[in-house]
Amino acid sequence: MTTSIDASLPGSQSTAAYRWLAFAPLPYILPAMLWTLLFFAAPFVAMLLMSLWQLSGPGLDTTPTLANYAQFFNNPAYFQAMVNSAEVTAIVTVVSILLAYPFAWILAERVPERWQRLALALAVLPFWTSYVVRSYAWLLVLGERGIVNQTLLGLHILSQPIQLANTRFATVVGFVHFFVMLLTLTIYANLKQLSPSYRKAAADLGANPVQVFWHVVLPLTLSGIMVGAFLTIVLAIGDYITPQVLGGNNELLMPQLIMLQIGRRGDFPLASALSILLMIVVTLVYLAMARWLKLERA
Amino acid sequence: MPRPLNILTGVYALAIYGFIFLPVAVLVLFSFQGTLIPVPPFNGPSLRWYNAVFADRRLMAGLWNSFLVAVFSSALSVFLGFLAAYGFARFRFPGKGPLNGLMTAPLSVSYLIIGMGLLISFNWLGVPKSLIAAGIGHVVINMPLCFAILYSQMGDHQVNIERAARDLGAAEWQVLGLVTAPMLWPALFASFFLSVTFSWDEFIISFLLTRFDNTLPVEIWSLLRSGLSPKTNAIGSLVFLVSTVLVVLLELTLFRKPKS
Repeated sequence: MTTSIDASLPGSQSTAAYRWLAFAPLPYILPAMLWTLLFFAAPFVAMLLMSLWQLSGPGLDTTPTLANYAQFFNNPAYFQAMVNSAEVTAIVTVVSILLAYPFAWILAERVPERWQRLALALAVLPFWTSYVVRSYAWLLVLGERGIVNQTLLGLHILSQPIQLANTRFATVVGFVHFFVMLLTLTIYANLKQLSPSYRKAAADLGANPVQVFWHVVLPLTLSGIMVGAFLTIVLAIGDYITPQVLGGNNELLMPQLIMLQIGRRGDFPLASALSILLMIVVTLVYLAMARWLKLERA
Repeated sequence: MPRPLNILTGVYALAIYGFIFLPVAVLVLFSFQGTLIPVPPFNGPSLRWYNAVFADRRLMAGLWNSFLVAVFSSALSVFLGFLAAYGFARFRFPGKGPLNGLMTAPLSVSYLIIGMGLLISFNWLGVPKSLIAAGIGHVVINMPLCFAILYSQMGDHQVNIERAARDLGAAEWQVLGLVTAPMLWPALFASFFLSVTFSWDEFIISFLLTRFDNTLPVEIWSLLRSGLSPKTNAIGSLVFLVSTVLVVLLELTLFRKPKS
């Protein structure tokens, strides 16, 4: 888009187009900046402060303390919620990638070019529905009298309905449904960016299709997979609806635990501390993945 | 390509399509259920539950509230994002990298945490829960997106046209409104509709920041608590319909292949 025009003007440097005036951009960036500081950064600081305080009676004890954080490590139920969250997120991420990759590959390589956009648009249509509605829809499928149970009963595979809703399985299914669509989008985009000449070169040098895929296509799409995986982790680990609607209260994930603190007791200090711990975990995962990618590229 | 592999890929693709559409199909089918519970056997088709939805004052209010929040928060997101993108694209200034990072930081923080930070702050400041509070939260999550989209679309090739306008005596606001914005209109529409889609579907921020007037996802949430009902299917199907229309509009703007 922009590069083609630059290229047509030999010698024109993109920097020449900019104006260098220290305060001139302020009127443009200041409103957005203020908004972000006021309604994103400041609330985050407020939450950080809150996490160092404690609920005492109807009010707050504002002596700084790490008691809320200690509570997380000392109370097995709280710690378990983080373990549950980590497990569910890991399962969801791996299963979603394993399901989405072949699907994206089929869309990018096996579907005729002129049908690809339609095929892709169809594949991600439910992605855009409200996740409250999507989770509810899975409840209809997995419920005690839902489609799955009714079908299995009707075919006499089951003699009585099995419990699918209000289980970890249901949470995972609800999540996987969403992330298969998200990852199909990102992996498809990745596969399309891949120049066919790599594959041709590998094939010319005697690689069979499996070798081409394993040694050329897969490594070149790995960074895209990692980006999709990170998106999956961030979105899955912070979601309240899917585990609440589909998993129920049999086992709590972190967002459920956090909402429970707000709803039941109005314990904002503890809820803040738990949220910050959740953010720290996500950040650590991000750093680990970024580092791994860097090593992989080197 | 050997035939068994073709069959295998076809079956696999169909299975995934089936998985993706199964819940939506069940949702829509049983919204036309004639009886009280949206499970097999199917008794219908009946428009009974759609009538119930349209007769439900709370749901209709939620629909209208969601519409208001989505349109106003998206308009503000696009406006602020557009100005900021212009500032970033047309000027060089110190600290640009970190400031860019700050602008897009909300994209990597989960909505629950953004919502809770706002709830705590508003509590302290004595700002009551309201649709406006939820709208503010929606601008926080959507503005970075609008900014990123618009920034990526502002190229150097537009600079000369802007310069020409300035040479011909246009004031800065005229350049922005009459030259830059029209050149970027597909990106502007795309970021607007994307914001509307996200705001329209957003639950947790609205849930935390509204009390008496709720958005539609929050109303649907409270319907869910009374168990399965074809009425929830009906309103869910309507939400799906609206989202689909928005996505088609998006497809026509954002993903449209540029004419050359």
